[in-house]
Amino acid sequence: MLGFRAAILLPLLLLAACGNEQNDPYPARERGQNILYSAFTERPKHLDPARSYAEDESVFTAQIYEPPLQYHYLKRPYVLVPGAAAEVPEPAYFDAAGTPLPADAPQGTIAHSVYEIRIRPGIRYQPHPAFAVDGEGRPVYTDLEPSKLAGIETLGDFARTGTRELTADDYIYQIKRLAHPRLHSPIYGTMAAHIVGLKELGETLQREIGKLPDGAWIDLDRYPLEGVERVDRHTYRIKLIGKYPQFRYWLAMPFFAPVPREADRFYSQPGMAEKNLTLDWYPVGTGPFMLVENNPNSRMVLARNPNFHGETYPCEGEEGDRAAGLLADCGKPLPLIDKAVFTREKESVPYWNKFLQGYYDASGISSDSFDQAVRFDVGGGVQISEEMQAKGIRLLTRVRASTFYMGFNFLDPVVGGRDGVSEARARKLRQALSIAIDQEEFISIFLNGRGIAAMNPLPPGIFGHAEGEAGINPVVYDWKDGKAERKPIAVAKKLLAEAGWPNGRDARTGEPLVLNLDTTSGGMGDKSTLDWLTRQFAKLDIQLVVRSTDFNRFQEKIRKGAVQIYFFGWNADYPDPENFFFLLAGPEGKVASGGENSSNYVNPEYDRLFVEMKDMDNTPQRAEIINRMNRILQEDAPWVFGFHSKSYTLAHAWLHNRKPNDVANNILKYQRIDVAERARLRHEWNAPVVWPLVLIGAVLASVAVPAVLAYRRRERGTARNWR
Amino acid sequence: MTFMDVLPVLLWSDVLVWLLVLAGLVLGALSWRNLPLRAAWRRVGRSRPGMASATVLVVFVLIGLLDSLHYRPRLENRDPGQPVAYAIEVLSVLDAMASPLRTRNEKTYSGPLATRAYAKESVEVREADGRVSTTRDFPRLKFGGAHLGEAEEKRDADVLQRVLAAEALALAVLGIASLGSACLLARRQGVLARQAWNRLWKGETEFAWNAVLLTLGFLLLVWLPVLALCVDYHVFGTDKVGQDVFYQILKSVRTALVIGLVTTLVTLPVAIMLGILAGYFRGWVDDVIQYLYTTLSSIPGVLLIAAAVLMMQVIIDTHPQWFATAAERADLRLLSLCFILGLTSWTGLCRLLRGETLKLRELEYIQAAQAFGVADLRILLRHILPNLMHIVIIALVMDFSGLVLAEAVLSYIGIGVDPTMISFGTMINNARMELAREPMVWWSLISAFAFMFALVLAANLLADAMRDAFDPRLAGAS
Amino acid sequence: MLAYIARRLLYAIPILIGVNLITFALFFIVNTPDDMARMQLGVKRVTPEAIEKWKTERGYDKPLFVNGKASGAAMLTDTIFFTKSARMFVGDFGRAEDGRDITREIALRMGPSLAIALPTFVLGLFVTVSFALLLAFFRATYLDFWGVVLCVAMMSISGLFYIIGGQYLISKLWRLVPISGYAAGLDAWKFLILPVAIGVISGIGSSTRWYRTIFLEEIGKDYVRTARAKGLSEITVLFRHVLRNALIPILTGVVVVIPLLFMGSLLTESFFGIPGLGSYTIDAINAQDFAVVRAMVFIGSVLYILGLILTDISYTVVDPRIRFDR
Repeated sequence: MLGFRAAILLPLLLLAACGNEQNDPYPARERGQNILYSAFTERPKHLDPARSYAEDESVFTAQIYEPPLQYHYLKRPYVLVPGAAAEVPEPAYFDAAGTPLPADAPQGTIAHSVYEIRIRPGIRYQPHPAFAVDGEGRPVYTDLEPSKLAGIETLGDFARTGTRELTADDYIYQIKRLAHPRLHSPIYGTMAAHIVGLKELGETLQREIGKLPDGAWIDLDRYPLEGVERVDRHTYRIKLIGKYPQFRYWLAMPFFAPVPREADRFYSQPGMAEKNLTLDWYPVGTGPFMLVENNPNSRMVLARNPNFHGETYPCEGEEGDRAAGLLADCGKPLPLIDKAVFTREKESVPYWNKFLQGYYDASGISSDSFDQAVRFDVGGGVQISEEMQAKGIRLLTRVRASTFYMGFNFLDPVVGGRDGVSEARARKLRQALSIAIDQEEFISIFLNGRGIAAMNPLPPGIFGHAEGEAGINPVVYDWKDGKAERKPIAVAKKLLAEAGWPNGRDARTGEPLVLNLDTTSGGMGDKSTLDWLTRQFAKLDIQLVVRSTDFNRFQEKIRKGAVQIYFFGWNADYPDPENFFFLLAGPEGKVASGGENSSNYVNPEYDRLFVEMKDMDNTPQRAEIINRMNRILQEDAPWVFGFHSKSYTLAHAWLHNRKPNDVANNILKYQRIDVAERARLRHEWNAPVVWPLVLIGAVLASVAVPAVLAYRRRERGTARNWR
Repeated sequence: MTFMDVLPVLLWSDVLVWLLVLAGLVLGALSWRNLPLRAAWRRVGRSRPGMASATVLVVFVLIGLLDSLHYRPRLENRDPGQPVAYAIEVLSVLDAMASPLRTRNEKTYSGPLATRAYAKESVEVREADGRVSTTRDFPRLKFGGAHLGEAEEKRDADVLQRVLAAEALALAVLGIASLGSACLLARRQGVLARQAWNRLWKGETEFAWNAVLLTLGFLLLVWLPVLALCVDYHVFGTDKVGQDVFYQILKSVRTALVIGLVTTLVTLPVAIMLGILAGYFRGWVDDVIQYLYTTLSSIPGVLLIAAAVLMMQVIIDTHPQWFATAAERADLRLLSLCFILGLTSWTGLCRLLRGETLKLRELEYIQAAQAFGVADLRILLRHILPNLMHIVIIALVMDFSGLVLAEAVLSYIGIGVDPTMISFGTMINNARMELAREPMVWWSLISAFAFMFALVLAANLLADAMRDAFDPRLAGAS
Repeated sequence: MLAYIARRLLYAIPILIGVNLITFALFFIVNTPDDMARMQLGVKRVTPEAIEKWKTERGYDKPLFVNGKASGAAMLTDTIFFTKSARMFVGDFGRAEDGRDITREIALRMGPSLAIALPTFVLGLFVTVSFALLLAFFRATYLDFWGVVLCVAMMSISGLFYIIGGQYLISKLWRLVPISGYAAGLDAWKFLILPVAIGVISGIGSSTRWYRTIFLEEIGKDYVRTARAKGLSEITVLFRHVLRNALIPILTGVVVVIPLLFMGSLLTESFFGIPGLGSYTIDAINAQDFAVVRAMVFIGSVLYILGLILTDISYTVVDPRIRFDR
């Protein structure tokens, strides 16, 4: 009993000893500082710009690294503006003989395109020991004996740091790193097909690396890369095979950010990797922030880079930005905060509650965990509950450059139209299912209205997307009363009957139609989603068998073409229609060539249009071709077009300049915090409730009373009472 | 529905469940003949908490058994002359009995006994002049309280009326049951019914009748109103996709029972055999068996379970042709989970049995039997095994509650039963975010926890009573 | 004594080899090296060559247990199993599939795990022993009866409920402590209160019941009656004789779990966002990081065997009559 009471009283005493907000998860010394607090769910695996591709990693890398280009923070559709570069480069075209061609030259004649990128002079790196030099200009920390690393555990343990100016060579060095065999850069394959000589460099390095001991440093400067040329200290050129207008988008990703040779060499010294001192763990960049604390298990801290070259808040935006107060900081030097603290939250309940208590300033970028928690308006409107509005919480939504779909595998006899099931029958079956599966209901139940039903692969904001009547999928929708209305289920039933399965039974054999859906457990595979889906199929009397499995097995089935129906989603790499349409291009077939076309859909006419469309500039002709491609897809229905999800951010009243953006991630520098307001509201919201503790104490005491009485009675009693 | 309309389906777990019932009956009959065991059963019968919890458990077991008779309904033939075909959906007798609960799905969340949905929705209203306007309101449920029609305000009165009627019925049934048992007792003991009645309620009977009757009364008082209400309301609300939570609770019972009982059943033979062999033969046999269970038990349990569950899943995934229906897949996954849980839990029982056998074989009469040259097998079966039965019975009931709780945790981590199978674990897992919703959705979580608590509490109390009755050491002490 | 411990340690080696065999067999059926490569390299734009390269680099291109192409001893040594597991016996766990040093990571995460597990263990032992002693003191009264019922009720509640309910009440409704998180050093206390309290409370039921039976058994012995007959007060009897003698089975019973405290708790750590070894293990299972999983299995087994040896030693310490010299 003593222990009981001590356990209860101890926290009570501690509570009395401190200030008001007992539940503040941050150290007291951080109060009142200009720090932005947010959370991350997945621990970032790679922070090396040659390797990092995941969105939860770019939350960090995009703040640290500066690629040549970036997206305008406010303008929509997304516009590329210079980042570290002086201006957005225009490609120059050459034919096979090397003679220059005009910008409107037909595609077939273009053999090479060349991008000349000029870097702004005077940009300097963040302080880093790799740049530390002694009095004579020699680097301090090279050829370190392993013994000298004895007392060193983190990067901060190096006594001296230095900096230097950013040069074109750093960009070239990084492009060569994409071919480094040990780094396994995820875009090496893609880029090797476009950058002249990158493939050859990769092969050379592969040979060379075999001769070297494990982990030894390769000086990439010693290996030439044909397609990348240094013009002067601040200028370099990249030579591409053919025409590839989408290349500019790649130039806005950390893959093309600068990596200083010193840093690479510094980290490759023996003994460093054992201490996790790698570029993958401690990035070096020129961006507005630098990583000062890296503990991916619980806490990551970005602090203002003292050497940042300076950038100002944009003064233009899209319509409505001024009214939303997004232009108030026009012209102010960036970044507007001193520090950003990211805390790891694996479970969504604590994450959400801490946000409500004011300990996170905004929800994270990829915070799917909030889906369930927020009660959005089922009607599709963006609204949050009165309690949250009263707290001043804002909800910001924007349709993401992504699409989710239920795909049919064309190698399957029934849904793909092979082995006795004619193509026409299979097509009608697919169309019937497209009508029957009520995406609007799905969005309202499972996404809380955070999405729009897809008409074709292209989400809004991507060139070629059409709004209104012109944009609807005529196979699935009718245009009524000024809006798209899903066709009645009778139409789907009729299609199914025409396909040869009236009422879900084979017209000849009477066998019921059974379809198999493969999903991964979790996400789409959870029970409520599957129950809902089964009901959708049951509308057509089709029996659905769901096989949910783990991610690896699912991938393997997709690779082997062993699925019938599957769920997938795609997040665009860059905002261009090519990045969506290639998912259905015949040459990209998953089974045939290991590409991204998991449906193994092949339509020669579509493929012809795709080749024509992909390298075009955004002209009305391109829009027309896109329109024709969409019509083919809607008719063939290789996917049940699902939805384009809306990215959204919940932000507290004290956080300013937040605008949802799912293409660019370098948004931290624009954020501003009203520290005093935050302190006031946190104080107001987090007054502890102490009476329950008192009550529990009282209850325990009242239990103790009869115990004491009984004890007294026993003591007075005689020994015969005891057994 | 006639019998011809269905295709009976025998799932593997059904086979085991009914085998278990059979084994229970046989074991009961056998142990009744064994005098010490019969005395122990008598002691269980005297224990009031034990009998009360047994009554609760019987209800759970009945639900579970009803849920263990499966069939595939016949598909409706719209054209005459089509061949007979059956749905791929596998239903159980319980599903058929609870079909209003199973089929009356709302769109999404609704509270217990609600007539309207839990969240506001934009509803399109067509005005008199034909214009369409949108208002935001709580939409009326499709089924919850649908019989009230427009008169929603009558709900409270309706609920009260049904509850009162059900309680009256419950009391009546209870009265008849007590009278009946008093008469039975009077006949047995040859006393007057009034005397028997007094003895019964004063607890002066050999069997804890009063506990059974009181529990029965309590169960009736709780269940009859629920049954009376569940026909037209969602008594415990609906979940995210509008499924009735009460129905899910009913379905969870079987999963919990299968996990709790079949797991021990499938591992008993291994544990008994290895434990006895190790203890009896000693020497290298003992070394090998000890090595086996030390190795297995030194692997951290959760990791072993996770790896084994994932492995089973791979096997299931690579052989889709084995299963005609999703239910069979889920069933195999459930069974494999039982085996895997058994894999990690048999070592404890094995060690206990080995220790006990070591003691037994030193007893004089066994030494004598060995000296007379009685075959080892005969000694094992005739003398050792019967003397270990009490340990086996205690282990069976003691493990049950732990396994039911473990299932919830494993399903929560995602390595439990098939996600399509309804269980307490999957219910809790699906509801994990609901407490954080604004406003909070509490009913599925609380109902799942409450029913799981009732089941486990009853099992624990019965286990206590049985341990006290069967453990000779404790029996001698008290 | 030393010879005995040495023999037990030697005996651990075949057990650990067995553990490794099981882990490798199970894990490789689930996860072929191809799966691992895909998992690590991501989903987008992965070529078959990249996968082959990844496998060769990490030594996953060899056969699992027996290398048919090699001859002699290399048939068994030039395999994934041998190359990956032999090094663990000398304490080198290698690198996680994401390239980070596992030994280092474990050293980092041990602190938070112990910060939760140790107070929970000590406080839990103290609370349950006191509670059980009280019940024993009031044995055969209504306090004892209801105390036992309370214990059974408490052990019938799912551990998930304690965590979910505790977080909801203490952190959300009453705002007394941060709902989750962790800080190193002295700042840690406010994050530890709730998980430790929940850990202690959820353990009360079963342990108290168990300790109570041990106490009752002890009370029934002759020497206790003698002591009481001498006229010693009930309190003195309980504390001087019963408690001291009953502590022997209690302590020897819990010694086996002490080394396992290092492993941390899977559920508590992930719910409360504590960067310990339990959440490391869960992350590794989810990320299918085999290197980490096999390291954790190995360490878990070593700690378990250590616990068994410690139990034996503790027997000899508390009861000098027991010797292991044979």
